[in-house]
Amino acid sequence: MDAPLPVLSVRNALKSFGAVQALRGVSLDVYRGEVLALLGDNGAGKSTLVKCISGVHALDEGEIALDGERTLLHSPSAARRAGIETVYQDLALFDNLTPAQNFYCGREIAGPEWLPRPLRFLRKRAMDREAAAIIDRLKVTLPKFDAPVALMSGGQRQAIAVARAAVFARKVVMLDEPTAALGLRESRKVLDLIKQLRAEGNAVIVITHNMEHVVELADRAVVLRQGRKVGELKPDKTNRQQLVSMIVGAEA
Amino acid sequence: MEEQGSAVAAAQDGLRPGTGVSVVSVGLRLLSAGPLLILAILVVLIGLTTPVFMKPANISNILAQTSVIAIVALGQHLVILTRGIDLSVGANLALATVVGGLLFKITDSSAVIILAMLAVGVLVGLVNGAVYVFGRLPHPFIITLATLSICRGIAYSISESHTTMRGVPDLVATIGGGDLLGIPNPAIVVAVCAALVLVMTKAMVWGRWIYAVGGAPKAAVEMGIPVKWVLVSTYVVAGLCCGIGAVVLAGRTESTSPLFGNLLELDTIAAVIIGGASFLGGRGHVGHALIGAVMIGVIRNALNLNNVDAFVQMVAIGLVIVIAVEADVLRSHLESRARALQSRTT
Repeated sequence: MDAPLPVLSVRNALKSFGAVQALRGVSLDVYRGEVLALLGDNGAGKSTLVKCISGVHALDEGEIALDGERTLLHSPSAARRAGIETVYQDLALFDNLTPAQNFYCGREIAGPEWLPRPLRFLRKRAMDREAAAIIDRLKVTLPKFDAPVALMSGGQRQAIAVARAAVFARKVVMLDEPTAALGLRESRKVLDLIKQLRAEGNAVIVITHNMEHVVELADRAVVLRQGRKVGELKPDKTNRQQLVSMIVGAEA
Repeated sequence: MEEQGSAVAAAQDGLRPGTGVSVVSVGLRLLSAGPLLILAILVVLIGLTTPVFMKPANISNILAQTSVIAIVALGQHLVILTRGIDLSVGANLALATVVGGLLFKITDSSAVIILAMLAVGVLVGLVNGAVYVFGRLPHPFIITLATLSICRGIAYSISESHTTMRGVPDLVATIGGGDLLGIPNPAIVVAVCAALVLVMTKAMVWGRWIYAVGGAPKAAVEMGIPVKWVLVSTYVVAGLCCGIGAVVLAGRTESTSPLFGNLLELDTIAAVIIGGASFLGGRGHVGHALIGAVMIGVIRNALNLNNVDAFVQMVAIGLVIVIAVEADVLRSHLESRARALQSRTT
């Protein structure tokens, strides 16, 4: 699946919030079928970078290209339309809705086309069927498919949020600390899901603090510090210590 | 590779229901059936102790009296679904009747008068929604409290000698006072409105968005739902319901008055909450608004039939609200228990 052209490339990204320079010229390439770990200490600019790619923030300077074409991502829905899905730390799930309803919330399958969107009739069976197929494909098992998400565990909720991203992602999936709130076994489940996303040809960007997960999962790791890219390498067991030093800024 | 654990976890596949879940889920199910169950018990008890209660004349009386609360509660339930509240409904309704009554002095056209009453309702709703959303208010409480005062004030100052005016067009009188095959027309209006709201909330994209906005406003923005317009639309529909309620009440009493709809905001909010919708937003349906409205009607009627003082009735309704809100709290507690049990079994 590896195309020579990066599916997403960021060039010289600059972003300030008032006097705080969150990004000071970060460049980054991501390819289809790889997991890129985005590492850095708190305040290094990881979340800001992800939010700029997902359309929540606009870059002050620099550019983002998708499949080699320069793209403006001025809103979350624009980014989503461009094929970029984001799983936020708070998951952005609707507790009162079922998994299938969560999947399609904001992009419901509905008709007829000639009606204005809010007045279209929901095609519930089509949504249920497709959501079930996806859940199946990603090997996620849920206790009850028609129960509201509020009744599900942290891992199940995380799986639903990741699965939702997987449904609609055509190019890039970004996950902000997907395992931070999870126990051992639930984390494992989410890691498997991420591998699945990679196997399906997505470029996956993962923010995490868990070095074991980085070593196991990531094909490449990019380290940010104080808004700059300070390192990039292929993580394995031997260079784990090197990664940590890059993150905290204590090069040997 | 450190992959041994992965295969095991994938095989066990974590996400299964556990054994301890059943008690909690039975509790949750009881809570969701609660309001209807309580209504049924109430009806049976009152029917046994007060024979006149079950007579067709009394039942049709209850339906007619409950209809205005039910219609306005349908709108209120949409607002509450989005975590909002509309305190202006009673004053809005009063203003709509007064405008209708004044127009009746200059025209006999039922159509014009009815449309004017509906328009007043919609306009007030639009003001509520627009100021709340585009004025970036933290909560709709303030703006709807303001429009409560403004509408009631306008209704008093424009109505003739600042009080009740007699007379409404024939069609309005028929809508509010007539019946079809023994069913009071107001009850039919309720049924039609309820059916429309049911379709819009459960079958249409608009309704799904209302639940999404109420369930997780921030997530709704992130998922690209036009949250602001969804919010405004619920206040507009709530206002329209006030206009419809105004037509029914003016017709039933054959009069229009700035005094109408006093404490209707309390009755409708109570109806929605007693019926089982959640004050925390995102949960509830048309049935809750209707069950709640009928429950209030039944309690009032039973206390009336037993010559219980109207002030004691207010106390009774207040107590029922406390019980309903506590049930809501209990429900969210049980849900977090259910969630905890889920993660323990995975």
